[in-house]
Amino acid sequence: MTRNSSKVKNTFLYIGLIFWALINLFPVYWMFTFSLKNNDEIFGANVAGLPQHWLWSNYSSAMGTGKMGVYFMNSIIVASATILITLIASLMATYAMTRLVLKRRLTMNKFFMLGLTIPIHASIVPIYVTLSRLHLLNTYWALIVPYSAFSLSMGILICTGFMNDLPRELDEAACIDGCGVWGIFFRIIVPLMKPAVATIGIYTFLQCWNELMFANIFISNSAYKTLPVGIQALSGQYTTEWGPIGAALVLATFPTLFVYVFLSKKIQESFIAGAVKG
Amino acid sequence: MKKMFSNKLNIILFLLPALLLFLGILIAPIILSGYYSLFDWNGFGKKVFIGFANYKELFTSNAIGFMKALGNSMILALLSVCIQLPLALGLALALGKGIKGERAFLSIYFIPVLISTVVIGQLFLKIYNPSYGILNVVLRKLGLDNLAKIWLGTKETALGSVFVPTLWQYVGYHMLLMYAGVKSVPPELREAAMLDGATDGQVNRYIVLPYIKPIIKISVIFAITGSLKSFDLIYVLTNGGPLHSTEVPSTLMINMLFLRNRYGMGSTIAVMLIILCFGFALLINAVFKEDK
Repeated sequence: MTRNSSKVKNTFLYIGLIFWALINLFPVYWMFTFSLKNNDEIFGANVAGLPQHWLWSNYSSAMGTGKMGVYFMNSIIVASATILITLIASLMATYAMTRLVLKRRLTMNKFFMLGLTIPIHASIVPIYVTLSRLHLLNTYWALIVPYSAFSLSMGILICTGFMNDLPRELDEAACIDGCGVWGIFFRIIVPLMKPAVATIGIYTFLQCWNELMFANIFISNSAYKTLPVGIQALSGQYTTEWGPIGAALVLATFPTLFVYVFLSKKIQESFIAGAVKG
Repeated sequence: MKKMFSNKLNIILFLLPALLLFLGILIAPIILSGYYSLFDWNGFGKKVFIGFANYKELFTSNAIGFMKALGNSMILALLSVCIQLPLALGLALALGKGIKGERAFLSIYFIPVLISTVVIGQLFLKIYNPSYGILNVVLRKLGLDNLAKIWLGTKETALGSVFVPTLWQYVGYHMLLMYAGVKSVPPELREAAMLDGATDGQVNRYIVLPYIKPIIKISVIFAITGSLKSFDLIYVLTNGGPLHSTEVPSTLMINMLFLRNRYGMGSTIAVMLIILCFGFALLINAVFKEDK
């Protein structure tokens, strides 16, 4: 009797879980299929099925007239530079705060952690005003520098956890062998921080890849637009034709999902590391 | 060796890049925002000092509608805490006790978190499209024509329609955090309770929930401050319309800045957002502490 009822319960549980999985997957599936359809199919003939004629020309429209290729490259450039700066700044600062003799290191660390709560909106007016005075609007730097600053707190948070786990005997041994603080940092610490580097890289990449507010305001020249702003522009161009918009959405999403297939565990860990210790 | 590690110049050099970024891009702009908020300023002309008049106008003027925007983001926060988090918790508890296909479900549920909010917004614009959107098409096919609506264009349904994609996007995130918590419950605790004859429900209620309370606190903080800060999705879907029915503080701020050139007032909204975010974070921390 109890066995039966738990079986029934389990069945319901699975139905629920599968139902939710379908809700999660359906919009993504729908996006992929309508990116390959023409308006006739999307608007009635074949709303949710697989495309009857695989219309790859939607992708060439998105890349050509829609300039998705440019936006894609811009996003890559901005994300790579941001990741690099975030990594350098947070590795160095964490090294100082965990290894060097620093008074009030905890206060310092807490100070950096303020960045986790400060909303990105807070600095938008002063940064906009400063950028426009320096004629730096519509450059990559207009995004790279603010993005790095806003990724920094998370970078330091993640680094601190990993660096505290590295045994101090390593530093001492290297010191006896004649390494200076810079030598210890570059030859001993940085190579051992690979897992932290990967975690920070993933986290920062997603932040940059998806950020809209700053990119929307600081960049108006389409030569420097990143994907989120570019997609907004493209959807304005193709108001009546859905296929190319679908193609653009797929192009913007595909790299993330592709990496996720191989690194799902690592990616999930980077989100947990960011939240739980904060 | 100690001497080497306490060399002041080295310490400063190591901290320099992070400090420059942090002070230059986060701290100084906040102070500047506070300063600008005391002026009537169009961004390029002369600043006129007006004290706290912007704040007064913000809270009293119906024309600006800040209270309405704040109310909307509070509704979104409430919906998140009451619908999104319980759903996430339910999924985390179900997956966390170790069922078949646990990893697969987990990985699928997390997919929406990785998709850009702009992409999700564009996708839901298509889903909600009054004539061709899949939502109305399905409703019509089911013979429920009267339920088919101009979802984002009607005052009554717009805010709810904006909430659905938010829910869809972030349930997986909260679920992942809570799942990590559920998994960190020591198996001995669980087994001991099971040996004593506790049911799944009792184990969850008396063992798992108290154990993951710190994570639930973080989720609540994220859900509420996230709603206060929400911008991307609303900007793409409605930009605050129709008739301000989905206006939130961030869309209002951008409006003030770039449509009306009121930089002082825009800064005032930014300052209020910082205060509210920190205020709510402290409040929730206090509530969870008292509960202990």
